Amino acid sequence: MSEARINWISGPVLRATSEQQFHIHESIRVGEVGLLGEVIRINGDEIVAQVYEDTSGLRPGEAVFGSGSPLSVRLGPGLLGNLFDGLLRPLTLEQGNFVKPGIQARVEEKFGFTPRLKPGDQVEGGAIFGTLNSAKGRPQYALVPPWVNGEVTWIDEAGEYPDDKTICIIKESDGKEHQLSMCHDWPVREPRPIKKRMKIQGPLLTGQRILDSLFPLACGGRAAMPGGFGTGKTVLQETLAKWCDADVIVYVGCGERGNEMAGVLDEFPQLEDPHSGRQLMERTLIIANTSNMPVAAREASIYTAVTVAEYLRDQGLRVALMADSTSRWAEALREVSGRLGELPGESGYPAYLSSRLADFYERAAAVHTLCGKTGSVTLIGAISPPGGDFSEPVTTHTKRYTKVYWTLDSTRAQARFYPAVHPLLSYSEDIQSLVDFWKQNHHPDWLKQRRRFLSMMEDQQRLERMARIIGKDALPPRQQHTLMCAELINEAFLSQSAFSDIDRYCSPQRQAAMMRLIHHFIVKSEEALERGVAIEDISSMPLLRRLQRMGEEIGEDNIKAFTQLSHSLDEAFSKLKEGETDAAG
Amino acid sequence: MLQADLSSSGSITRIEGPLLFLKRNVNVGLNDSVVVIDEQQRNRPGRITALDDESMIVEVLETTSGLSLSNTRVRFHGEALHFGIGPDILGRVLDGVGRPIDHGPPISSKKRLRIDGMSINPVARETPRDFIETGFSTIDLMNSLVRGQKLPIFSGGGLPHDRIAAEIARSAKLLGGEANDFVVIFVAIGVSYDTADYFRNTMEESGALNHTVMFLNLASDSSTQRLLTPRYALTAAEYLAFEENRHVLVVMTDMTNYCEALREVSASHGEIPGRKGYPGYMYSDLATIFERAGCIKGCGGTLTQVPILTMPSDDITHPIPDLTGYITEGQIVLDRELHRHDIYPPVKVLPSLSRLMKDGTGEGFTDVDHPALSNQLYAAYSRAIHVRVLASVMGTEGLSETDRLFLQFGEEFEREFVQQGQRRSLEESMTAGWELLMKLPISELNRLSDMQIDTHISDRERQQRRGS
Ligand SMILES: Nc1ncnc2c1ncn2[C@@H]1O[C@H](COP(=O)(O)OP(=O)(O)OP(=O)(O)O)[C@@H](O)[C@H]1O
Ligand SMILES: [Mg+2]
Repeated sequence: MSEARINWISGPVLRATSEQQFHIHESIRVGEVGLLGEVIRINGDEIVAQVYEDTSGLRPGEAVFGSGSPLSVRLGPGLLGNLFDGLLRPLTLEQGNFVKPGIQARVEEKFGFTPRLKPGDQVEGGAIFGTLNSAKGRPQYALVPPWVNGEVTWIDEAGEYPDDKTICIIKESDGKEHQLSMCHDWPVREPRPIKKRMKIQGPLLTGQRILDSLFPLACGGRAAMPGGFGTGKTVLQETLAKWCDADVIVYVGCGERGNEMAGVLDEFPQLEDPHSGRQLMERTLIIANTSNMPVAAREASIYTAVTVAEYLRDQGLRVALMADSTSRWAEALREVSGRLGELPGESGYPAYLSSRLADFYERAAAVHTLCGKTGSVTLIGAISPPGGDFSEPVTTHTKRYTKVYWTLDSTRAQARFYPAVHPLLSYSEDIQSLVDFWKQNHHPDWLKQRRRFLSMMEDQQRLERMARIIGKDALPPRQQHTLMCAELINEAFLSQSAFSDIDRYCSPQRQAAMMRLIHHFIVKSEEALERGVAIEDISSMPLLRRLQRMGEEIGEDNIKAFTQLSHSLDEAFSKLKEGETDAAG
Repeated sequence: MLQADLSSSGSITRIEGPLLFLKRNVNVGLNDSVVVIDEQQRNRPGRITALDDESMIVEVLETTSGLSLSNTRVRFHGEALHFGIGPDILGRVLDGVGRPIDHGPPISSKKRLRIDGMSINPVARETPRDFIETGFSTIDLMNSLVRGQKLPIFSGGGLPHDRIAAEIARSAKLLGGEANDFVVIFVAIGVSYDTADYFRNTMEESGALNHTVMFLNLASDSSTQRLLTPRYALTAAEYLAFEENRHVLVVMTDMTNYCEALREVSASHGEIPGRKGYPGYMYSDLATIFERAGCIKGCGGTLTQVPILTMPSDDITHPIPDLTGYITEGQIVLDRELHRHDIYPPVKVLPSLSRLMKDGTGEGFTDVDHPALSNQLYAAYSRAIHVRVLASVMGTEGLSETDRLFLQFGEEFEREFVQQGQRRSLEESMTAGWELLMKLPISELNRLSDMQIDTHISDRERQQRRGS
């Protein structure tokens, strides 16, 4: 183990001198308590390192020990159902009310193991050698580390074991032996190997109408979610974590609030996954680096999270990773860069911000895994632009590397219109690949109706500008009709409260039914208008209230009610008389 | 505790702003606290902010005026800044670094705590759920405050934020509970003596002075000290909340002065300035203050923060309110125009928000229909504002009948709901809210269920009310 002496400290960054060999990205232990850190630069006999914990009390002359390996995390069965810090150290109640530096916690726990191989079997890196069961998380597989190939010489029988016990031995052709436990280490900054990338297969269903029906995200895709403070990023991320149809959720709270993490921990165990019927927490892993925790660990937490996500993907799972917020990660990068005296670029961010963002989002994919299954990692990153200004570097660079862009709008949020995704400022490049999905799910007209909805909302914006000058009543009936329908699309379809027991999740069937119903109303009212019915008579139909509230009133278990509503709609329209308003007056 | 009382003299090589540059001839650690002693034996606290083999930088937490290179001694404590606190801190007036200035006895040091605090283990946090009734409709009904929340007031120079904060501190209570449930910690950061005095008098009048603690860093005190004042105060607050099991309400005014001090000190360190000259780490720095609010499992006490900041040129996108808003759990925004129209409290409802409201309102917490009523009022008022913009261009003639009703609703909402002469209970606020909604057509109230409309708004009831 190499050793160095500190000769300079400022905040989370230190310099140390050594005669011995250190490597870039090598993980280190610093000072008496053994604070965790990482080498980020080497210059002659001087190393520069960032420390992931509070450096108070550290002094020049103290020792720095190299670990010989890059900053890595331990991947195994104890991950799901738990909460970790940015370096994947479990945070538990036993550690007390406050997080102290230098924690080296390990949870002592046994996991069920069932072998899937027998002595004599040949295996390659990434293969499955057993199944694992844990009390808190969903069942998983035990994977052979990607770098190990050879013949199984011994494998333990089924039983309950701690996750670091040797349960399988593999011998390489050159005679070298590997003792495998349920866990293996993997360096966080290095993507895990796969067999091959796959073409996008289908959507990651989120249960949110404005997302699935207007701006869908592919499974294995990447989405950015920019929005000023209080526009609903966290609520939306949490909503996706609850209801999206991924097998596993990795939720990383990067530089955000402690109460939000506590809220997730409080709420998830009480909720049920609508797809599997199991407890939501079983498929969830939380990484919490709150805003008041050390900044450098915030930078690492994003990599930790995506490494865990890849590990779960490698078992053949569909993984969704929510990162809230990538801006805090970028700021951590900026802060460390500043302490290193690097030349600042745009808004003080280092010049490599863009390539780091690209590296991160590149790790999203649908893949054939080494074990011969298919899996995916879908990345959804929140962005918190300073002053709500979307032209800042983190937003603009992220936009280049993501294909789905959900803009959260502060005017909508202020009117308490949620989710505040702006239909005209958002887009999805995954649309074409998802047409088949909606076709197979009884909604062949999806693409057409989607286009109609969007164009109505575009017209709305234009017409409202006009109405501002000449008055709404002065608009011709057809244009008033457009305004009415756009309003209806907003209220009846796009608005969806995350806190409503009935409407927080919307299945594809229900989405399709609602979309069709609104479309039906648009067509019917157009016809009525054509045949001379006054626009006021249409806009004062009592049935409109039923449509506006259908999300709240018609739940998943009552989808046929939409058909009934559609019939009542036909009936109501058939009763509308042409030109009645004038006659009655 | 370790008190490595090493001292060093004659090692200062340079003095620049609040910073002393010293030769490193003692073995001390980063962030260690020091005392700087001048020729007159006057003590000034400080701390070590950077270190290398040969030298170190001490940040003096008071003015450096009068210090010289040769006759200044520095004593090292061998540990980070600590604050010795005991329960007898209640009722006391302290300066910005926790020293009594009320001529009373010294405070007993039952516990010595690091002023920087530590992050609360997220697993140990309890979700804040206890609704606090402040007496203001715009807060209680529209943006509810709960125990353990951090809810700032975004204000502007000359607006009545101090009065609002003092009234919250004086009359905040749990539903059905007594006022004065709270220990109030008032933290003056770079404000005038008048502000501190006003607050003190208000608490005195309500007989609450004996469970109030005041930390005063006044405008005339040094700006480096300003960076410590909230930390001393929050250390006391954490002690009272998590050791003494008290419910603590911390009112800090004015966080803008804190940020100015941060900018000043950062500049003197020669750091690269970020947006508008504020340091790039201002978000993280503010977070170490605001994140100290919360509830902890198994602790009887809670820590609630109501920080006040004045938005420079009333600009909510300015880095100070912007970064604060990204950290706190909502904000109450005050508006100059409402103030000009004599509306008190001049709360600008639309940009105001309480994120923890959802956890502490509704069935089992306040009233079943509380969240829906608040949502409907929000939706209606935002439509009213929208119509107001329309009307400002083309006058009211071009408006439809419904739009005209909304326009009127907006006026009445401000005059009769936002504006209030005296404290309202939540129930009274809700009644006022329902009454306003009755003036709108039922077909426009789509955030309310049929049942809610039947119970609170139906025609029958309208008639009854008119009749009586
Ligand atoms: N889909 C939703 N349904 C209902 N309410 C919502 C929804 N989204 C947001 N809200 C409301 O808006 C508030 C703010 O949302 P949130 O905390 O997610 O904002 P944010 O964008 O994450 O802000 P910040 O950047 O400061 O973290 C929530 O507390 C909630 O009251
Ligand atoms: Mg958030």
